[in-house]
Amino acid sequence: MGFLDLEAVDKYYGKLHAIKGIDLSIQQGEFIVFVGPSGCGKSTLLRMIAGLERINGGTLTLDGNDITHAAPAKRDLAMVFQTYALYPHMTVAENMSFSLRLAKVDKAIIDEKVKTAADKLDLTQYLDRTPKALSGGQRQRVAIGRAIVRQPKVFLFDEPLSNLDAALRGQTRVEIARLHRELGATTIYVTHDQIEAMTLADRVVVLRDGIIEQVGTPLELYDHPANRFVAQFIGMPQMNLIPTSHVPAAPQGSVELGVRTEHMAICAMGDARIKGSVEMVESLGNETLIHVRPEFAGEHDLPLIIRQYERTDLQMGDEAGVRWDDQHVHFFDADGKTLTNTVQGVAA
Amino acid sequence: MFGSYEWNKKLVIRTVASWALALLVFFPILFMLVTSFKTELQAIAVPSLWVFEPTLENYTEVQDRSDYLHFAWNSIITSVLSTILGLLIAVPAAYSFAFAPTKRSKDIMMWMLSTKMMPAVGALIPIYVICQKLGLLDSVFALTIIFTMINLPIMVWMLYSNFKDIPREILEAARMDGATLWDEFRQVLLPLSMGGIASTGLLCLVLSWNEAFWVLNLTSANAGTLASLVASYSSPEGLFWAKLSAVSVLAIGPIVVFGWFSQKQLVQGLTFGAVK
Ligand SMILES: Nc1ncnc2c1ncn2[C@@H]1O[C@H](COP(=O)(O)OP(=O)(O)OP(=O)(O)O)[C@@H](O)[C@H]1O
Ligand SMILES: [Mg+2]
Repeated sequence: MGFLDLEAVDKYYGKLHAIKGIDLSIQQGEFIVFVGPSGCGKSTLLRMIAGLERINGGTLTLDGNDITHAAPAKRDLAMVFQTYALYPHMTVAENMSFSLRLAKVDKAIIDEKVKTAADKLDLTQYLDRTPKALSGGQRQRVAIGRAIVRQPKVFLFDEPLSNLDAALRGQTRVEIARLHRELGATTIYVTHDQIEAMTLADRVVVLRDGIIEQVGTPLELYDHPANRFVAQFIGMPQMNLIPTSHVPAAPQGSVELGVRTEHMAICAMGDARIKGSVEMVESLGNETLIHVRPEFAGEHDLPLIIRQYERTDLQMGDEAGVRWDDQHVHFFDADGKTLTNTVQGVAA
Repeated sequence: MFGSYEWNKKLVIRTVASWALALLVFFPILFMLVTSFKTELQAIAVPSLWVFEPTLENYTEVQDRSDYLHFAWNSIITSVLSTILGLLIAVPAAYSFAFAPTKRSKDIMMWMLSTKMMPAVGALIPIYVICQKLGLLDSVFALTIIFTMINLPIMVWMLYSNFKDIPREILEAARMDGATLWDEFRQVLLPLSMGGIASTGLLCLVLSWNEAFWVLNLTSANAGTLASLVASYSSPEGLFWAKLSAVSVLAIGPIVVFGWFSQKQLVQGLTFGAVK
């Protein structure tokens, strides 16, 4: 039994089975990230935990109490919304203290807590402003402040950074990581940003079409994806896939070989396992992505992507040989399940 | 400046046109106001007199002949009570339509609105009979209930469109913060929709005050409002234009003054949130 337990949790929107019997056990203090393609049910699952969506089947247990059908106000969870959802008619201080005022906490204690939170989030000088007079990043920090003053049992975040620009997103991400270290609070975080998922999570939950594809630490998912979907979903650019008919010595029953872009290399034609032509070269400065279309590939197949840290002289249309590192390959069967996986050990 | 002549011409045309339209709309009221200060003889003169010695005799006679305050009081009571009662019903209804809609919410709202498209006279007989059987003819109580019901569709729609503009996440955030339904309403929804609720109330007040059909058909001396007072001057002894005008001025006076002061709210409410 964990701190927050989901058991066979179901959600229907009319005929649409949006969440299909999810089991998940979350330990106290864990930072859990939900990822998955758009429409897979991340927000729905989070809102079910929050109590904002009715749970149609299964049970939800928090700290030993069944809260499957408890009102959101009774669950002692705090949520940070993508749109911030600040109270427009209240000042920053009033926004942050709203929950404590509802709970009739002593005024001196409220002031103290608001002050501490504002300090942590660098909001002290804005306490008397209304949300209208704040920038997006400041609003987001108020929304986070509103959640932390309450010291809830669990923090819920639904894509909290997606309305911020890239620089601010990076900054706020680090901030959230620091807050989590300091507060040690159990957190569930929805995102479709891989970097957020990889850097923040203790464990990542990969969802697809209302079911869990895999749960694990970020590196477990990266090194040992349970299936082709997870393998392709985690990691940018996507893992290369090669039909095993073009791979010598593929294991019995495997139909596809997966190799991450950094484990493939351009090589002399003599050593090449696959020959092809260069379709595009993306020079990013610190790394170079070389797109190679294998000889056997059809019009609509994706090219292989080779990532290297050296610059290249290759041009579009050049012939190129490709090889890969046998220590880092994944074989998938006809159902997309991982058959064998040669990646060694998981660090950290 | 170059082109300013063109611009000026447009402005002049627009100004003249709006004044002309305003006068056209206002003229009957002006005519009534002027007539109320004439003697009966002057009032029926053709062509109408515009220069004459004003008299207050119509007003004193109206006060002598009928109890203005009694009717005015009925108007105030029925419109204020029906507004309060209407808001008490319409606010929760609009809340649930806006924030917890079901598949049928839109249909129910359309159906509510469609009742406003039926001629009132179509429901006269059943309502009259119901009031009669319940002993509610000529009662302030029945009038208040009827005013409430005829205004409800408009009130629910106005409030609904107002609530729709409030992001539901804000209410959800309040719920997560531990707010009960009452807290959520009192501390979040109400402050955010005060303008909309106020203009809805104002409109309902004005509509109730001006209601004449049900007043004339369901009440007489006891529960009659100013509308029935006005009507009583147009009946038995033939028409007395000057006195009729005086009593009409007295009837619409309060609501015109009231409307003048609250016109900003009223306009805001009536645009149904279209202008933002
Ligand atoms: N209120 C609703 N009524 C009907 N269907 C809904 C409702 N909310 C969500 N859905 C459906 O449930 C599924 C899951 O939606 P959800 O919003 O949880 O996806 P998501 O993973 O958060 O996607 P995104 O990354 O785009 O935010 C989708 O197919 C969506 O259309
Ligand atoms: Mg979502």
